[in-house]
Amino acid sequence: MLGIIRQKAFGQSLQRIRPVASSWRGYSSTSKQMMVREALNSALDEEMSADPKVFLMEKRLGNIRVHIRSYFLTSNCGFMFMISKGLLEKYGPERVLDTPITEAGFTGIGVGAAFYGLKPIVEFMTFNFSMQAIDHIINSAAKTNYMSAGQISVPIVFRGPNGAAAGVGAQHSQCYASWYASCPGLKVLAPYSSEDARGLLKAAIRDPDPVVFLENELLYGESFPVSAEVLDSSFCLPIGKAKIEREGKDVTITAFSKMVGYALKAAEILAKDGISAEIINLRSIRPLDRPAINASVRKTNRLVTVEEGFPQHGVGAEICASIIEDSFGYLDAPVERITGADVPMPYAANLERMALPQVEDIVRAARRACYRSVPMAAAQSY
Amino acid sequence: MASAFSATKFTQPLPLNTSTSRSHGKQSVFDPLKSSTSFLGSTRKLRFTSFPKLNQPNSHRPSLVVAVSEAVKEKKLKSTSNLLITKEEGLELYEDMVLGRAFEDMCAQMYYRGKMFGFVHLYNGQEAVSTGFIKLLKKEDYVVSTYRDHVHALSKGVPARAVMSELFGKTTGCCRGQGGSMHMFSKEHNLLGGFAFIGEGIPVATGAAFTSKYKREVLKEGDSEDVTLAFFGDGTCNNGQFFECLNLAALWKLPIVFVVENNLWAIGMSHLRATSDPEIWKKGPAFGMPGVHVDGMDVLKVREVAKAAIGRARRGEGPTLVECETYRFRGHSLADPDELRDPAEKAHYAARDPIISLKKYIIEKSLASEAELKVIEKKIDEVVEDAVEFANESPLPPRSQLLENVFADPKGFGIGPDGRYRCEDPKFTEGTAHV
Repeated sequence: MLGIIRQKAFGQSLQRIRPVASSWRGYSSTSKQMMVREALNSALDEEMSADPKVFLMEKRLGNIRVHIRSYFLTSNCGFMFMISKGLLEKYGPERVLDTPITEAGFTGIGVGAAFYGLKPIVEFMTFNFSMQAIDHIINSAAKTNYMSAGQISVPIVFRGPNGAAAGVGAQHSQCYASWYASCPGLKVLAPYSSEDARGLLKAAIRDPDPVVFLENELLYGESFPVSAEVLDSSFCLPIGKAKIEREGKDVTITAFSKMVGYALKAAEILAKDGISAEIINLRSIRPLDRPAINASVRKTNRLVTVEEGFPQHGVGAEICASIIEDSFGYLDAPVERITGADVPMPYAANLERMALPQVEDIVRAARRACYRSVPMAAAQSY
Repeated sequence: MASAFSATKFTQPLPLNTSTSRSHGKQSVFDPLKSSTSFLGSTRKLRFTSFPKLNQPNSHRPSLVVAVSEAVKEKKLKSTSNLLITKEEGLELYEDMVLGRAFEDMCAQMYYRGKMFGFVHLYNGQEAVSTGFIKLLKKEDYVVSTYRDHVHALSKGVPARAVMSELFGKTTGCCRGQGGSMHMFSKEHNLLGGFAFIGEGIPVATGAAFTSKYKREVLKEGDSEDVTLAFFGDGTCNNGQFFECLNLAALWKLPIVFVVENNLWAIGMSHLRATSDPEIWKKGPAFGMPGVHVDGMDVLKVREVAKAAIGRARRGEGPTLVECETYRFRGHSLADPDELRDPAEKAHYAARDPIISLKKYIIEKSLASEAELKVIEKKIDEVVEDAVEFANESPLPPRSQLLENVFADPKGFGIGPDGRYRCEDPKFTEGTAHV
């Protein structure tokens, strides 16, 4: 009884914070389609024009325009340049800086600039390259506000594609969400749709703290419907709040970034089976929206977490622990984690497919959570 | 060959510019006669600042600047025209370069047919550097490369079949399909990768050089040191790891040669725009090692410089930085449309195609006939075709391979007191906790 009342309160608070959710469904037929790439580009453009202290640092490596064929064959660094398309012409080379290939160097320079009141946006070609600069992200950016007792804040944004692309091998495919999310002092965001991308990037740029903004290479070219509110230049989303992409009552599936798309497809398949899945788009990995996830689990009583990264110490592990701490009594089934395989990403195409979560894996896990398939342990009838 | 070799060493030293020398005499001196830079110039003077043969391997005596001017070299070349390479060497070099070119062209074809995927970086145009250096190595010498590593693998001796199936992602590849284009490893041929990030391979190469020095001095195995070659590009020369390794290699006199394949472009970033001083060879003397600039489109010149540098390393005299001015005919990778580079620049370097230059040299010096070269080309075509067929027919990795090779230790339980893996002891997993 109490659970239901509390859930309603949560539900209403969620509704208030994200009115776009309801209008999105209502006006989807007339709303504009926007690619994630354009969403990011427009966000950067608007924030740079609003505040002259914002500047962009990237390994631009020339004005490569991506061959259309390459979109299908590989996700290339060329995608990155489409994100900042037009910005060099509009704001000039003093505000859109083209750096040589020295991650540690230019990340440190960006952090130093942020100490003194500028707002850099440091772009990594992929977050795998951020490992060359991770000392500055963690030690110089994340910890400084604490070490200086609030005197120096670091309003910097580190952005770039994260996670696996197609066939790029072990050193280009790691997901860094859990690494960065474990560090206090950083905010970690992972958008899925264009609305997320726009809103969260604008919020990140305006934010006075260091933000790690994890995009996804394969999502750049995908289009999503956006409402007029999203296109408004003052639109920004709150950090630390998840979004319920699809309401359901049987099982909660949490995901972020590309996996949200997979989870939505899984939900379609499960709906045919009579399982109604609630999909939560985490949006923010740190701070994690624990109230929303807990509220959802208290409603559905089952949880499946989905992520692309390595299983041990991943985002799913954190969510699972959080649920057990707060909502243990509400769980009717063990929490399932779907993650990438516990191996460095193999190159061979079939092995790569096996190493990443697929829609079938999510469907199977959801079914297991609902005791619809072969039970793994002592099963109760549901 | 011997006389041409000696030409680099024993010509009269030219007057030193003492204002640039260090007071404690540890540094080698910049060559004051370096002509003004013109990267697109057609002829490059060969400058070799080197330490002469030292009797005491650990001495810190100041170096003697020995420069070879083009004029002296030309005269030597003309008079000892056949002595730069013998016929066998010439054919070996030709075959290696043609293999590299044919293989890379086939890679492009296969990529566009969808047999290969991900990032594929081709080496067309730079074959002279790979062939010129790697063909002078023994099997025990190490090569560390970047993502543009197919031709380094082929030159080092990895069979074309293994490389092609690795690219196709098949289980018969040199890394069982787990590495891919950018991560070629071969323990048998001492090819240490294949790294995706620039600058990543340089510390690894320095470590390999450290191993050979350690083996010789601490473990007292073997006589001559195994040399390591580190290949990397111009963009890497702005990266911190490069400088750190130059310092350590010179400090510890490691048997390593740092080979810069300066093709002027870091993906789409021009070297001249990214670097405060574009002459990379100068960074060597700043750390106390010789810095050499060589025309990387001429395999014979590269080979000369390589001989000297590798010889230096083998004798324990320390590292060398060799900057090879070269060019890649294709884009950075197969997904790069390569629209940025000036067609005039591309045409200029296409005219200096290393394979064509070597062919001309071989024919002009009557080392071999056109027909013999054609035979080699045909043989290479067959090798590449066979590699493709083999790769096509090879099986994909089985599902069970997914979780293999994460650790060297099969179950992760470590090594027990008897020196064997604990998981091999059948009693090990009975019960769990130990008091």
